[in-house]
Amino acid sequence: MHCLKVIRNFSLWSSVPLGSLDPMSGIVAQFNADNCPQKVNLGVNTYRDNNGNPVVLESVIKAMQIIREKNLDNEYPPIEGLQSFIDAAIKLGYGDKYYEKNSKNIAGCQVLSGTGAIRLGFELLNKFVPPETKVLVPIPTQTLHPTIAKMAGLQSQEYRYFDPTTRQVDFQGLFQDLYTAPNGSIVLFHACSHNPTGCDLELHQWEQLLDLTKKKDLLPFFDMTYQGFTSGDMDKDAYAIRLFTEAGMPIILGQSFDQNMGLSGQRIGCLSLVCSNEKEREIVNSQLNLIARSLWSCPPVHGARIAETVLNNPKIYQLWLKEVRLMAQRIQNMRYSFTKALKELGSPHDWSYLSKQFGLYSLTGIGQLQINELMEKYHIYLLENGGISIAGLNDNNIKYVAMAFHEVTKNTQI
Amino acid sequence: MQKLQLLQNQFNPTSDDIFFHIVQAPPDPIFGIANAYKADTSSTKIDLGVGAYRTDEEKPYVFEIIKKLEKEIVNDPTLNKEYLPIEGLADFNKGCQKLMFGQNSPLIASGQIVTAQCLGGTGALRVGFEFVKRHIPGDVYVSKPTWSNHNQVIERAGLNQFEYPYFEPKTKGFNCAGTIECLSQARMGSIVLLHVCAHNPTGVDPTEAEWLQIADVCKKRRLVPFFDCAYQGFASGCIEKDVFAVRKFAELGFQMIVAQSFSKNMGLYNERVGAVHIVTSNKDISARVLSNLKIVIRTICSNPPAIGARIAAKILTDEKNFNAWVEELKTVTGRIIKMRTLLKQELDNLKVPGNWDHITRQTGFFTFTGLTPEQCDLLTKQYHVYLLRSGRMSMAGITSKNVRYLAESIKAVVQNK
Repeated sequence: MHCLKVIRNFSLWSSVPLGSLDPMSGIVAQFNADNCPQKVNLGVNTYRDNNGNPVVLESVIKAMQIIREKNLDNEYPPIEGLQSFIDAAIKLGYGDKYYEKNSKNIAGCQVLSGTGAIRLGFELLNKFVPPETKVLVPIPTQTLHPTIAKMAGLQSQEYRYFDPTTRQVDFQGLFQDLYTAPNGSIVLFHACSHNPTGCDLELHQWEQLLDLTKKKDLLPFFDMTYQGFTSGDMDKDAYAIRLFTEAGMPIILGQSFDQNMGLSGQRIGCLSLVCSNEKEREIVNSQLNLIARSLWSCPPVHGARIAETVLNNPKIYQLWLKEVRLMAQRIQNMRYSFTKALKELGSPHDWSYLSKQFGLYSLTGIGQLQINELMEKYHIYLLENGGISIAGLNDNNIKYVAMAFHEVTKNTQI
Repeated sequence: MQKLQLLQNQFNPTSDDIFFHIVQAPPDPIFGIANAYKADTSSTKIDLGVGAYRTDEEKPYVFEIIKKLEKEIVNDPTLNKEYLPIEGLADFNKGCQKLMFGQNSPLIASGQIVTAQCLGGTGALRVGFEFVKRHIPGDVYVSKPTWSNHNQVIERAGLNQFEYPYFEPKTKGFNCAGTIECLSQARMGSIVLLHVCAHNPTGVDPTEAEWLQIADVCKKRRLVPFFDCAYQGFASGCIEKDVFAVRKFAELGFQMIVAQSFSKNMGLYNERVGAVHIVTSNKDISARVLSNLKIVIRTICSNPPAIGARIAAKILTDEKNFNAWVEELKTVTGRIIKMRTLLKQELDNLKVPGNWDHITRQTGFFTFTGLTPEQCDLLTKQYHVYLLRSGRMSMAGITSKNVRYLAESIKAVVQNK
């Protein structure tokens, strides 16, 4: 066989441009490289305890013990994942009452956390909705949503959500934009703890949206990443889902257990769709399986076994509810404490909005110069958009952070 | 993809029944058989469907080294339980590169291999093909036959596919001439999906000389090799030898894509452990490729699951663990080879009509028996032997206890006219 010559002047990949960086990754690298002992990471994307450490829940540890004793194998699960997990997740998301009556109509599939739910959901929709159907996404939203829509072949369109002057939901703008959107559009709603603003809709606002959804035949797709983290109560946080489904609206729901079970590394989520009847549910499940087979064949099992044990073991479940409440409370306490500290320092700005918002994230509205100053002078790292992760605050650093914020903003507009 | 048939009610936004027009999808050909097997109550049933290893007691097998390492990892309080980076665990990725390209591959040192952790072999294929679609779109050539899920993944990624005549039914061997001829007509820049070893479903692999011929036509037509490696360790019994094709193509200077799975060779089926490698010409381009690969991954799952990769990394980066794994793998593959020999013996003893040499000649998990779809149906319905209708049989499901019954059943369907 003759020797084949290497031709190295041709590069297959030379036209590949640099992809846009994840807004998080640059900050993490800089924070990690910073040697200052006082450094604070307000860009963390998972919960931290009062010592600044990630948390492994006791309920999860107990669940893992039970699983270990079962000596399970590593065989392929079905394409849809663990049915016992899917059922338990759906019950948690939709509520006991609705689940009792309607579980036979709810199609469901285990997925790779919230992202996997959105991707699988969008791929299913792209296959079946008319080609011009758009996904309406709030401004701002978690950066991935419009990109996933595009990857799945769907067009997206923004609807107003956040008013930067009041730092509250711009409900008038929101309503207007949904009202003027095409009938039959898919609408992405954050069920609770809106990421990145922390601003959630009030009950009466959800009711108005339910009305509008009915009138315009909008298809609601709920992204519920933070059930339990918002108010500390699972049912309260899923209020919008309860409202819509009890009114007979067919919804799509993406659930993640990254945050409320501290299982972020295991990628556990559930995608579900409310169908008209059992036959339809079977059909939709078959389509979900077909699509999932070409994305990942079947989902990873380790985290699903843990989640399913937590949700189905009555004692562990109660312990878990308690632990989630404590996490939500700590976040809420940090919001109050931070607002109070800034007030006591005599800040000319009104930071009270921080106490009125929910969940891990808030947008501070501070500018790039201030963000840089916080980083360079005070070793405090924010998200690129000026957002902060409240989980990065704790009793040890809150006074320092408040002081730094006060210093960089006292002579500026925000 | 065939256009979806809409029922008489098309998508009707004013209807309450928004999913009414969705049609039932067929069950997956492979998972569907697994389900049918589970539902079968016969005491003589044999599962030769899905490619999952079974012991001689027909039980699933968890590698001892895996059990040990999983325990260590789960009990380690210092381990970060949080999100992995988008591209996955660095140690795992490095270990995958060494296993695939060789410990001392110059491509690793020069930064020409871009690696990302993926969701098993399927995940690696999907990420690879989504990347192809976005950056080097071209027609994809797949072997005829190939693993049933290849076609779906390529289609969902939005690429056109064509077949090259891989299997020669007359010889039950690799159709080298036919493959070369077909690929030499392919449009320049097309992608060729190649099974690294233990071809699924045929069990038939090109010889080293034949691989050089494939490399030749790929160079001439500027075809991009996309290797699928799900069975490293299962073909020759030697993990280095099994990836000869990848290492040879790398040596020859190919820029290419490799999908690597640890489902079978580490028995980590359910934790979705795999990697995709993209070989570039220099590390600056590697950086750009990685940034775009991350976008593809980010929009499927954000970042991959941790536990499987941690276990695999402990094997790939620790000599003691690695050797323990290789030993266990030899036992596992040894049993499959033994079953091939036993089945052939039984078929010969029973004087079953036909030439059954291919059973011991083919390698890996599967044998392409040559049974027709009708014979396969009969085998399943009457004898409760589950295999794919293509005639693909997973040898890993055969045991010393069921091999005779299997041979007798094959005889019965072959003789049934």
